[in-house]
Amino acid sequence: MEPLKPLDELLLEHPFFADMAEGPRKFIAGCGRNEVFHAGAYLFREGEPADRFFLIRHGSVAVELHVPGREPLVVDTLQGGDIAGWSWLVPPHRWANDARATTLVRAISLDGKCLRGKCEEDHSVGYEVFKRFIPVIAGRLSAVRLQLMDVYGDPGQRR
Amino acid sequence: MSAARAAMLPRPYRITRVRRELRDVFTWELEPADGGPPLAYAPGQFNMLYLHGVGEVPISISGDPAGATLVHTIRAVGAVTDVMRKLGKGDEIGVRGPFGVGWPVAEAEGSDLLIVAGGLGLAPLRPAIHHILAQRARYGSVAIYYGARTPADLLYRKELERWRGRFDLFVEATVDAADTSWAGRVGVVPKLIDPHQHRFDPDHSVALICGPEVMMRFTVAALQNLGVPDARLFVSMERNMHCAVGLCGHCQLGPEFICKDGPVFSFERIAPVFHAREL
Repeated sequence: MEPLKPLDELLLEHPFFADMAEGPRKFIAGCGRNEVFHAGAYLFREGEPADRFFLIRHGSVAVELHVPGREPLVVDTLQGGDIAGWSWLVPPHRWANDARATTLVRAISLDGKCLRGKCEEDHSVGYEVFKRFIPVIAGRLSAVRLQLMDVYGDPGQRR
Repeated sequence: MSAARAAMLPRPYRITRVRRELRDVFTWELEPADGGPPLAYAPGQFNMLYLHGVGEVPISISGDPAGATLVHTIRAVGAVTDVMRKLGKGDEIGVRGPFGVGWPVAEAEGSDLLIVAGGLGLAPLRPAIHHILAQRARYGSVAIYYGARTPADLLYRKELERWRGRFDLFVEATVDAADTSWAGRVGVVPKLIDPHQHRFDPDHSVALICGPEVMMRFTVAALQNLGVPDARLFVSMERNMHCAVGLCGHCQLGPEFICKDGPVFSFERIAPVFHAREL
């Protein structure tokens, strides 16, 4: 069995933290822990407190919208190297979607309250975190706009 | 007969097989009805398909260029293609072509290949994929990224699954939305192009991109961000082609005639008019 690496080394392996200096990375690692989700388990569910976010190391996660009376709609999938969840950054800190493991998922979760505290304590750490989150959020917003355009739909019946 | 005159004359072809691909998409296999030789064409070229008394439409060739059968995948979206959908085995149509400039499959030898398709855009890329797989050793890593609206809208699904089973090919598909029975990716095509999932050398890669123009725009931006030079990005443009030989001007886009100078362009060449809102 592979020996467990220290968390700050695991953070270094993830693209999100790969270029972060050792100091802030070790500081942030104190808020993290390893997690494993089996296929079908939920990383988080809509409306619950968004008290953490996830660095996906391996596996696949479906981001779902729950619709009463019908099957959930999968609106995005996340893979190893992706980030799951930013509601921990935005008041009132509640999840806006469901996130379900579709395979075995190994992830590092970072405690949102702990991390917000560290960002307040040392604004340079906050800057390091936010400058990594903004491109993720911008990329997802851009992707959602493209999805909304329904570019593959019948040209005569585009919504 | 002069070459220019011959280019305007449809040759009779007989439908030998019809395959329903999707709700509004079908594939024809055709053979010459005049007993002549099969059509020689380059991947990415198109034909003008003619129905007597109805009209003529430009349709990309979507078969294996090494095969004897001419293959077209058609979406029923207008007056001509709606009638075409009703034709069956044994019916005859007219074919003019092949026309245009195709994918740079010879120039791309020695490079990593990124083949990016959206929706029906997989059809014009299919001949290039067949050609590349037949000459697989001449290329570096090869990836196919494909996006569709829903899992039910994946074109050539069985073929995609077969390609995905090869050890020398990276294939990833995504859909814009799905229910929980779909085990694949959900999201937009550019998101699939991730060097952490599939490695390629941006300076020595060639990207072949085909799909709705908005999808191509986002894909080009994603590849530019990853460092692929504009001269190595190729897009297939779609415009209202009529004569197919650069005479009528219906498909003119700035200084380019899509039918004659394209439909495949390097992004470096087409960039000045690619983002133009009205031309």
